[in-house]
Amino acid sequence: MELRPILSTLRRHKTTAWLLILEIALTCAIVCNAVFMINHRLQHMEMPTGIDEHALVQIQLAEVTPSPDIYARAREDLAVIRQVPGVLDVALVNQLPLGGSSSNASIKLDPEQRQPTLSAGTYFGGNLAQTMGLRLLAGRHLQPDEVLDADVVLKALATGDTKVIAPVTVITQAMAQRLWPGADALGKTIYVGPVGVRVVGVVADLARANAYDDATAHYSMILPMFMGAGKDQSYLIRTRPQDRQAVLKAAVAALKKADPRRVVTEQRTYDEVRDKFFENDRSMAGILVGAIAALLIVTALGIVGLASFWVAQRRRTIGVRRALGATRRNILNYFQTENLLLATIGIVLGMVLAYAINLFLMLHYELPRLPAIYFPVGAIALWLIGQLAVLGPALRAAAVPPVVATRSV
Amino acid sequence: MVGYYIHMAARSLRRNPVLTGLMVLAIGLGIGASMTMVTVLHVMTDDPLPGRSAQLYTPHIDPLPLDYKQDGGGPDASDNLTWPDAMALLTARRATRQAAMAGGNLLLRPDRAGVRPFYVAGRYTSADFFTMFGVPFVHGGGWSAADDAAGAQVVVLTETVARKLFGTADAVGRTVRLGEHDYRLVGVTTDWAPKPLFYADNVGNQYSDADQFFLPFSVAVNQDLQVSGNQSGWGKDESASKRSDTTTWLQFWVQLDTPAQVAAYRQYLVDYSAQQKGLGRFQRPPANAKLYSLMGWLAHENLVPTDVRLQLWLALGFLFVCMVNIVALLLAKFLRRSGEISVRRALGARRRDIFVQFGVESALIGVAGGALGLAVAQLGLWSIRQRPDDYARLAQMDASMLLGTLMLAVLASMLAGLLPAWRACRVPPALQLKAM
Repeated sequence: MELRPILSTLRRHKTTAWLLILEIALTCAIVCNAVFMINHRLQHMEMPTGIDEHALVQIQLAEVTPSPDIYARAREDLAVIRQVPGVLDVALVNQLPLGGSSSNASIKLDPEQRQPTLSAGTYFGGNLAQTMGLRLLAGRHLQPDEVLDADVVLKALATGDTKVIAPVTVITQAMAQRLWPGADALGKTIYVGPVGVRVVGVVADLARANAYDDATAHYSMILPMFMGAGKDQSYLIRTRPQDRQAVLKAAVAALKKADPRRVVTEQRTYDEVRDKFFENDRSMAGILVGAIAALLIVTALGIVGLASFWVAQRRRTIGVRRALGATRRNILNYFQTENLLLATIGIVLGMVLAYAINLFLMLHYELPRLPAIYFPVGAIALWLIGQLAVLGPALRAAAVPPVVATRSV
Repeated sequence: MVGYYIHMAARSLRRNPVLTGLMVLAIGLGIGASMTMVTVLHVMTDDPLPGRSAQLYTPHIDPLPLDYKQDGGGPDASDNLTWPDAMALLTARRATRQAAMAGGNLLLRPDRAGVRPFYVAGRYTSADFFTMFGVPFVHGGGWSAADDAAGAQVVVLTETVARKLFGTADAVGRTVRLGEHDYRLVGVTTDWAPKPLFYADNVGNQYSDADQFFLPFSVAVNQDLQVSGNQSGWGKDESASKRSDTTTWLQFWVQLDTPAQVAAYRQYLVDYSAQQKGLGRFQRPPANAKLYSLMGWLAHENLVPTDVRLQLWLALGFLFVCMVNIVALLLAKFLRRSGEISVRRALGARRRDIFVQFGVESALIGVAGGALGLAVAQLGLWSIRQRPDDYARLAQMDASMLLGTLMLAVLASMLAGLLPAWRACRVPPALQLKAM
């Protein structure tokens, strides 16, 4: 295909051609960044939690009159739940991975350290690892006799009489790697406030409740403390995935029967916990998909409109060309090549613009750098859209009969 | 003449209905998307207390030790005040009105049969709160400074809660059981909730939060009631009490009527900090003390989520692409009518007449696009109201936004028509006429 006639025609429509190029460039740049952002969100939404998500349900209660003994109350409740058919395991938990409201502690490697090494999510409980289905990589889980009631632990800490408590913990692999890169974490000591706690086990993963930042989302530890009943605590039940709704209903009924003076503040499957956590990311991804679609459609319609104009304007020229021996295919190719040329210039400009937009987003919205892999995405999308959009007008141009050349205006 | 131009423009637009439809659609979608996000941003950054906000200020002092390090994503510990500092500012009475406050969630136990206990969100505060913020009462009123000092067991409820509790809003004098204690109802307010709840601690849902009860904060301190905002401590004592001078948990607002008062209060805060530093309690420079105006504080808190800002950029980018699209289409369209332009010019029309004629045609597209844009924006706002975000319910267009949408649409399309119209009026008539 000869490019010269196309270029000389475009030179006569310089402004219009540049406007189309600008539109393609803008669309390309926005699409590149939007696809990248969608992918970023989707990746974040796939965050593993390390727990057996499809087998867990949560029940949270609030007492109308606080129990005199919250520990006895929680133990009774656990016993009641354990009796419910279909319940495989149950634990009292102070927070859930991706649950939103979190409990965290500053961790030091040396009590004299001025600044903590990192902040970790603190899970309290004994049976928690087994109920959640955490995968143990090294060491052991917490033993039932190590788990003490919270007020016993707090009193021991307050008086400094730490002999009665077992200062042990199970941490995640991510946290172990961050604290002691490349080394074995078992037997090492971390400091939670002034108290030295020995690492006795390492689990593959356990995401934090407030896992907003991918970098620190997997720093969690489990401490042997039994929190007792309270409105921030909840019962986490492990069951078979197909039994979840039935078990949830039966467990709530059993708990209400045990003591009707309580308000159920939460009853849901873990899948719902996860869905809620990523609600905003999902809706943002949806909006971005919609924006990409709208942009591509508007650009495509713009190309259709402009190409239609040019075809109508050049009807006579096309007729002359046809009369001089050009085939329909020649005419079709002419318009396709013209569009390819414009799209390519637009895409090259669009890449530069995409990079600039990404720099702006990095500066103001803490987005990572746009990987080079996303540049071809925008390019291919725009080439395809361009060719599809121009096809209709180009076919119409190809259908112009040679006899047009002989007619006067 | 303009009437004639409108007539001509309508004819010209009707001649290419597909193309006209396309341009109207493009500007409609662009305007609709942009105005949806502009409206969201507008309601989120709007004045929560019109008429009063100009006199409201929030003092901030920096009691943090020198080696205190801010936890990256955590709340700023010096955003709130400690109890001793709040009490000092409160008793100094340097402003026209002043109130300390903190949020709380308490279980409300109705006496009525058939009404189950439920949690309500509310505020522990001091007497001036009601007069300073102009809280409208249905029955009764707030409590007095003497009640604050005495730690009186009094409560103020909103109308909705009072009705739910007693079946009537006129329940002043009756007893309300909140948490573990009984309180005497002294006032019932309307369902008053500024959007955002500017005086509350920033916990991420100030657009949907509302206070349903008000208790004297001296009572909350005495009875050690649960506090729902951020509580940041840096003292040795981990289980710090509410009275601790190393735990911040209280918000503080003052009413200052004149610029002189504002300057004096600012100086007072610096002096107070210097005095505390002299006593060895504070370590940081007294000049860290700040006095934010209400709108200044909201800007500092930056309540608008980054996602909303990103969506606004996206919508504006989309509008820009749509506009470029329209410029290209109008240019092609106008230039195709070179013959017609030349005839008009030859018959005596000035360049200006041609320019106005095409300008009117672009404006007509703008009006149609604006109407479509309004519909699209209403649809967009409706879809935002279905979202779970706490600002979702606020996404409504007011009259000024409605007018703004139309103006923006006409402006955008006239702007888009500028270059094509200018090019059209510069078509040399002789050349075109010869070709005909």
